Amino acid sequence: MKYMDEYRDRDAILRLAEAIRRTVTRPHAIMEICGGQTHAIVRFGLDQLLPDEVTLVHGPGCPVCVTPVEMIDKAIALAAMPDVILCTFGDMMRVPGSEHDLLGIKARGGDVRFVYSPLDAVKVAEENPGRQVVFFGIGFETTAPANALAVKTAAARQLRNFSMLVSLVLVPPAMEAILSAERCAVNGFLGPGHVCTIMGSEEYEPIARKYRVPIVISGFEPLDLLLGIHMCVKQLEAGRCDVENQYARSVARAGNAAARALLQEVFEISPQQWRGLGPIPASGMRLSEAYRDFDAEGRFELAGVVARESEECISGEILQGLKKPCDCPAFGTRCTPDRPLGAPMVSSEGACSAYHRYRPALAPAQTGECA
Amino acid sequence: MCLAVPGEILEITEEDPLARQAKVSFGGLVKPVSLALLPEACAGEYVLVHAGVAISVVDAEEAEKTLEYLREIDELNELEDGASP
Repeated sequence: MKYMDEYRDRDAILRLAEAIRRTVTRPHAIMEICGGQTHAIVRFGLDQLLPDEVTLVHGPGCPVCVTPVEMIDKAIALAAMPDVILCTFGDMMRVPGSEHDLLGIKARGGDVRFVYSPLDAVKVAEENPGRQVVFFGIGFETTAPANALAVKTAAARQLRNFSMLVSLVLVPPAMEAILSAERCAVNGFLGPGHVCTIMGSEEYEPIARKYRVPIVISGFEPLDLLLGIHMCVKQLEAGRCDVENQYARSVARAGNAAARALLQEVFEISPQQWRGLGPIPASGMRLSEAYRDFDAEGRFELAGVVARESEECISGEILQGLKKPCDCPAFGTRCTPDRPLGAPMVSSEGACSAYHRYRPALAPAQTGECA
Repeated sequence: MCLAVPGEILEITEEDPLARQAKVSFGGLVKPVSLALLPEACAGEYVLVHAGVAISVVDAEEAEKTLEYLREIDELNELEDGASP
């Protein structure tokens, strides 16, 4: 695959790790925001190639993990309604709500379908005119335009039986929440490459200035990530705090103009609850006035939903980068992908799921160490 | 969730702006992809596709620059190795 294979060259990876080793003179903690990057780092063992001075901290960039349990419960309530078809991404099927998950509702006869694209849910609405189709629209800025496109398409086709349960989150306010926290130990960031294809790199410039922290927008392949780390380490060693773009083949400073215009038309900024992090002002999106009719929360009676979280899951600290998955006493024992206590063990981008899949030996039964 | 895969636009199949669509090849696997967010993308270009929607055109020149940066690091490594006793 062009634009993938050339960034997975083993020799180049090892040479780059060596270059990072030569650049480092003191300890640095670098956070990768995006869950997709976390998975690539753990899958390819990139963190284990780095010198001891460089610690990678996993961030909150897993939309499945940060979707509030209340929204999961609302999706479950919708899926249980007899005239509703609930469409969602496959990742959401096994995320634990207060008592059930979507897969359990499907097993009991609820019509839950997983789709590859929000546009597929619009197609389901067209094919089922006698039923209400709800798309559970979760995601970061990368996914938000696809969601906006689905709503706008449904509006253009005058589909009265399509709506969206919206739980969209924004990266920059979450970064600020992490940087403002008393216990913040992050010295530099790998910025979320695919979020920036939409939003550009420019909105990270004020954050780098305000918190005096280098941010390197990075891609997702092993070489992209190591190059991003190399650039970030060079900045930290030189005492610089700039926004640099390692992923210029896909990210422009101003992002994607058409996608940004669409987001502005279909959504508006709103306060947002983050699972594990709590409420963050102006960190989410909801449907704008013009498209409010497509809001599933307005269309259906969902007021009775009361959310309860697992008391044992430490996902909040994991999502803030304060702890690693194997610091959790339940990791790999009472919490596994088959029987998850929290979302990070379910999602294909959750840090717990990455550790469990690629480093099962770290489960506490074998070792108390978290590498 | 934010995963996106690069693929090559084979042909544009629909030009209406909201429904703009193309056949995109991912290493031989061909799928229909929405081009609504890339009004100017054309056949032969590589695009990053996320959730059935193309979100950016891959810039071949910038991709080459990244690989050049790697070569520069290699050269530096060699220089330093040459200089070390």
